[in-house]
Amino acid sequence: MKIENNAVAGTLESSDLQVAIEPIENGIELDITSSVMNQYGRQIKATVLETLERLEVTNAKVTIVDKGALDCTIKARVECAVFRSCGKSDKNLPWGGALK
Amino acid sequence: MIPRPRPERFRLRRSMMFMNAQKPGLIKDAYIYGVDSIMLDLEDAVAENQKDAARFSLYHALKTIDYGDTEVIVRINGLDTPHWQEDIRVCVAGGADGIRIAKCESAQDVLTVEKAVEEAEKEFGVEVGRTLLMAALESPKGILNAYEICAASPRMFGVAISGGDFRKCMQTKPTVSGVDMLVARGQMLIAARAAGVQCFDTVFTDLDDTEGFLAEVRQNKEMGFDGKSLINPKQIRPVHEIFAPTEKEVAQAEAWVSAFREAQAKGIGVFTVNGKMVDVAFIPGAERTLKLAKACGMYEGDLV
Repeated sequence: MKIENNAVAGTLESSDLQVAIEPIENGIELDITSSVMNQYGRQIKATVLETLERLEVTNAKVTIVDKGALDCTIKARVECAVFRSCGKSDKNLPWGGALK
Repeated sequence: MIPRPRPERFRLRRSMMFMNAQKPGLIKDAYIYGVDSIMLDLEDAVAENQKDAARFSLYHALKTIDYGDTEVIVRINGLDTPHWQEDIRVCVAGGADGIRIAKCESAQDVLTVEKAVEEAEKEFGVEVGRTLLMAALESPKGILNAYEICAASPRMFGVAISGGDFRKCMQTKPTVSGVDMLVARGQMLIAARAAGVQCFDTVFTDLDDTEGFLAEVRQNKEMGFDGKSLINPKQIRPVHEIFAPTEKEVAQAEAWVSAFREAQAKGIGVFTVNGKMVDVAFIPGAERTLKLAKACGMYEGDLV
């Protein structure tokens, strides 16, 4: 998917994370801030990159502020931000396809 | 992915607790409370501009979190909104046990949802007929049409009244005696029993008024409700305690059922147990008491 507009998903509440995504031209630029950076930073990064790859996002600036979210929440927020950036988050989503 | 067993249309549903599907902190450990059913909410708890985000969150929760024996129902947005069709797709794709239809007013509303559910089951390769339905009656029209709603589909397992919206329509407010909703609750109960589905009462929203809450739950049980909608984990235990049968009721039910089975084997229809006449009409109720007792850990026999 091609990132078309700036988009945000998620909150700064405990167990959640906020994902901001912006269109850029030269690959993936990822910035992560987390309340559990030392323990889980690597895992969070892996989950974010894996989700972007599954959605075939190759160019994007992604800024994450994590408040101790589970993997399933990280996926949900990244996916939501990507689909919002394309204006396609409201209907006919590929549940069980690209989203899994 | 967590495979969930095929949903049971009739199971114990004393407590059905609402949870905002948009809040990861809530839904990640909803199963630890020992509630019979959780109702993940896509409707009123989710702000209008977060409906999309709530679906992503719901989908991954359904696919990832092991809810064990807790039933997982999703409350979808009303049929007068642009959200309900995608809500149904995500519920079915995620494998929710059932869908709660908000603001249901007619059998046609149930059929409209059923059609979309069946389409989604085919789209996502889910067994057709797996996803159960329940309806929330929130308006005078919904209450007047309660029977046709209850009987509209073999997927229907129950109906619930939604006090907030109903009182708004009726221009009343909650009363200690429950008189404001007495007729509506009664009519819905009669309709549910006539159609052979379960019936659930509305939420009690004043968390500080423990006495009021307990009184309402006791009245629910006396009126014949199967369970109650809840908004907070601290409401679960009192509901389970009040809905549990007494030891005396369990002992009596056990005596009746075993005496009935013996009498039946001998070709006897009516008989007495401890001086009380018992016939076949008493048995379904006694069996239900034993099933409830088993679920509450009060009965370990093998009659049910």
